[in-house]
Amino acid sequence: MDTRIEFPVTEKPKLSIRNLNFYYNHFHALKNINLDIPENKVTAFIGPSGCGKSTLLRTFNRMFELYPDQRAEGQIMLDGEDILASKDDVSLIRAKVGMVFQKPTPFPMSIYDNIAFGVKLFETLPRIEMDERVEWALKKAALWNEVKDKLNQSGSGLSGGQQQRLCIARGIAIKPEVLLLDEPCSALDPISTGKIEELIHELKTDYTVVIVTHNMQQAARSSDYTAYMYLGDLIEFGPTSDVFMKPKKKDTEDYITGRFG
Amino acid sequence: MSDKHLSTQFDAELSGISTRVLEMGGMVESQVARSVYALTNFSAEIASDVLMTEERVNQVEVEIDRDLSTIIARRQPTARDLRLLIAISKTIANLERVGDEAARIARTVQRLVNSGVSSRLRLPVKDLAYESELAVTQLRKALDAFARLDVDKAVEVLKQDDLIDQEFEGLMRKLITFMMEDPRTISSSIDLVFVAKAIERVGDHAKNLAEQIIYIVKGTDVRHNSVGTVESLVR
Repeated sequence: MDTRIEFPVTEKPKLSIRNLNFYYNHFHALKNINLDIPENKVTAFIGPSGCGKSTLLRTFNRMFELYPDQRAEGQIMLDGEDILASKDDVSLIRAKVGMVFQKPTPFPMSIYDNIAFGVKLFETLPRIEMDERVEWALKKAALWNEVKDKLNQSGSGLSGGQQQRLCIARGIAIKPEVLLLDEPCSALDPISTGKIEELIHELKTDYTVVIVTHNMQQAARSSDYTAYMYLGDLIEFGPTSDVFMKPKKKDTEDYITGRFG
Repeated sequence: MSDKHLSTQFDAELSGISTRVLEMGGMVESQVARSVYALTNFSAEIASDVLMTEERVNQVEVEIDRDLSTIIARRQPTARDLRLLIAISKTIANLERVGDEAARIARTVQRLVNSGVSSRLRLPVKDLAYESELAVTQLRKALDAFARLDVDKAVEVLKQDDLIDQEFEGLMRKLITFMMEDPRTISSSIDLVFVAKAIERVGDHAKNLAEQIIYIVKGTDVRHNSVGTVESLVR
């Protein structure tokens, strides 16, 4: 196995991606990606539409397997264990690697049940512990104060920003190790975006956070590491301050300075 | 900046502000030259002209600073665009100080002329003119290097700063000799010491500008390093 990695990190990796190739039917969407994602850090993926950043994110919890004709080759090691080769139930992997999508996706049920639903899949908790877990997750997601008096109301009655924080609360309620955020703020106003970015910053003490974003300023603001991708290749990866102040590759520089095209 | 942004307006703003920096550089370069000309010719008139222009130089610095803030607020620049703007911010502060040095020389000229000192004292003003020629050349080279973002030329400026320093040392020895030989020259010689120092500072500012050019292009902060180290850092 080729373990040479172009952009090594000094921190302990949570996810180690090796020789990862991804295909949509015959289309080669990710080309031999090698990357270490450090533990308890925020890693952002940036790049123009179609560069493969969301595709890469969706391999980290095997989300792509929901679709036929999509396949991944290579290794994605989560704490040394290959996710792609794992024979475990995929829902166990997704319990470790949670995901929040671009559009808020609250379940059509109460705020309380939105959180409790996922927890019930993995744990049987007495009511009082479940109450505590729901409160804990909503507090972690900075939503508790806004919803504590209406936990029985429908989740879809919340604002877009609140819905997105509800989804994050739902994601962390099952206590994952990695949280994947796929354009979590693209449908939100600047205030809600600010709250989510603040939340991301707080979440990294407990989780490894990976975020895909179109918004370069968001990557610059909220991530510790940034990866720039283009046409299925990982072009550059490094500490965010380096990537935005002094990128190593001209392609990266052209993209982040708006010279791309 | 060779290649263009997607936003032509952003390109226009960056090239506009760079042009203004060069204009400001041209202004202070001529301020230094004219202040030294005023000295060699004992012209209070040219000196007061320099002092009037000084206000304009300060005004330009404030205007460029204001434009810088606007561009940063509106464009959120990154990488070399951001480095360019940060470097410009430091550069104009340096250029403004070059203007201050010219004003300092001009005020000294006014004082010398008003105190009735005449060229009969045969002060070594020609040597000062030579030192100032070196400093102005350095400044012009640094501004040229800024216009073309030319790292080699910037390194050249760093290398040649020694020449001015040597010239300054030489002048000091000469002025001390003057003062010892003819105590009547002490007062005006001391004035010339300050002029020589002001010119030497102009050279230092040119050097600072050159360091900023390297920062813009290479992204490496080379301040507080020997020329040899800088050369190895930019290769």
